[in-house]
Amino acid sequence: MISFNQVCKRYPGGYEALKNVSFDLAEGEMVFVTGHSGAGKSTLLKLIAAIERPNSGSVLVNNQNVGTLKSGALPYLRRNLGIIFQDHKLLFDRNVFDNVLLPLQICGFDHRESSKRVRAALDKVNLLKREKTNPIALSGGEQQRLCIARAIVNRPAILLADEPTGNLDAEYAREIMAIFKSFHQVGVTLLISTHDENILQDTGVRVLALKHGELQPATSEDSTRTASTVSKQA
Amino acid sequence: MRHTFAQHIGVMRSVLRRMFVSKLAGAFNILAIGIAISLPAGMYALLQNAQGLIAQFSDAPQISLFLSLDTKTEDIDRLRKQLAQHPDIVRVEFITRLEALEKLKQGTDLDDVIGSLNQNPLPDAFIVYPKHGAAESLNALRSDLAKWAKVEHAQLDSDWAYKLEALLKFGRFAVAIFASLLSLALITITFNTIRLQILTQHDEIEVAKLIGATNSFIRRPFLYFGALQGLLGGIAAWLIVTAGLLLLNRPLGALSQLYTSQFALHTLPIGDSLSLLLFSVYLGWLGAWLSVARHLSQIEPR
Repeated sequence: MISFNQVCKRYPGGYEALKNVSFDLAEGEMVFVTGHSGAGKSTLLKLIAAIERPNSGSVLVNNQNVGTLKSGALPYLRRNLGIIFQDHKLLFDRNVFDNVLLPLQICGFDHRESSKRVRAALDKVNLLKREKTNPIALSGGEQQRLCIARAIVNRPAILLADEPTGNLDAEYAREIMAIFKSFHQVGVTLLISTHDENILQDTGVRVLALKHGELQPATSEDSTRTASTVSKQA
Repeated sequence: MRHTFAQHIGVMRSVLRRMFVSKLAGAFNILAIGIAISLPAGMYALLQNAQGLIAQFSDAPQISLFLSLDTKTEDIDRLRKQLAQHPDIVRVEFITRLEALEKLKQGTDLDDVIGSLNQNPLPDAFIVYPKHGAAESLNALRSDLAKWAKVEHAQLDSDWAYKLEALLKFGRFAVAIFASLLSLALITITFNTIRLQILTQHDEIEVAKLIGATNSFIRRPFLYFGALQGLLGGIAAWLIVTAGLLLLNRPLGALSQLYTSQFALHTLPIGDSLSLLLFSVYLGWLGAWLSVARHLSQIEPR
């Protein structure tokens, strides 16, 4: 589904965010990307959505090299991705319902169908009762959930989440992880960047560990590490 | 197809909402555009009226050939033949000096004066109707005919009309320059309005780009806004011009009565009114398009 092949990303000014990163993500897989802040987690997600382009190597999404996509093709790539942003990127000039409606307006859904989908997405993140509220009145956890609702309303096959539990306390974080798991169960491919130790305790999830832009050679151990954590917890 | 149409309606609705939110600023913009367009449009309307007036006074151009008093009948026959064969002349009328005197007596109150003359001072004359109406060819024909034997004087009757026509041509040119300058002003006004809108909607545009909006989707509301603002500006201009002309008609009516003529300014005909509106819609759209093309590419999600 997603495949990085010797990807390097250098920002103007010479800062190397990613060095020679290679990995594959199968369809329906759920993966954590971890690392200290500045390790390149966000950059990795941005490369998948073609918000940034790699300097070398290739990023394949659905066998499409997104690093070389023409700008005219970008919107159609991004419609297949649900992105949950670290800073939410909610619009405060409209209510909760209209925030979630935006992706459907962009894709040109008709009014009735899109209302149905918006309500379904809000229901999934437990915000249905707040649809008329302005997002500025929502708590941090609620804003995060709203951001998730907007990301999934289009029913994307791939969900990218950048530090989705970053500023949340453990209770909220668990709630949000539960939501992600339910997506994983229905076959959505998930890539979640986090440095939240509580989440990483989670079992059965593959981890891509980044350090100073390099993927730690844990890839082969991944399964064993996962297995061991499973056995430890069990 | 149905839902893309519904989409356009939706965009239009949100554009209208946005326009009504900024009532005062929007109204001033529309007024500024209206005034900018109304100046050349008003000048154009006045010129059209002047042209109508000239057309009313001068029908087909004529050249009068006054023959010398000693002209004999065979000279007249010879001239008539020559004129009939001339390629640039449609037809010729001959007016004898007696007929001319009769006409003069009927047309004026100079009976006594004419009666007191002991001989007819008027010459025989040909009225020549030329084939081509352009001022240059008429002048050429006139000076050609003036050289003929026994032709005392050749006079281009619609001379003054041509001078006025030349003046009008100058006026039209001035209107064209004026119109292009003020069109530029309209484009600039829209360009700036849209630039401000893009700045205030920076976040929305960025998010929309991130979740898969095409450029045309982002552009659409701005283009609609520009076109709509142009349309409203055009309507304002039309109202200004029409009201101005109607206001001018009252003092003009009094003036034309002094000259015992009936003359009233006509407002812009439907065809011209429609072109005015279409043109302002187009300029508004163009200004928005330029602004969007210039500013939208600067918003790239990070």
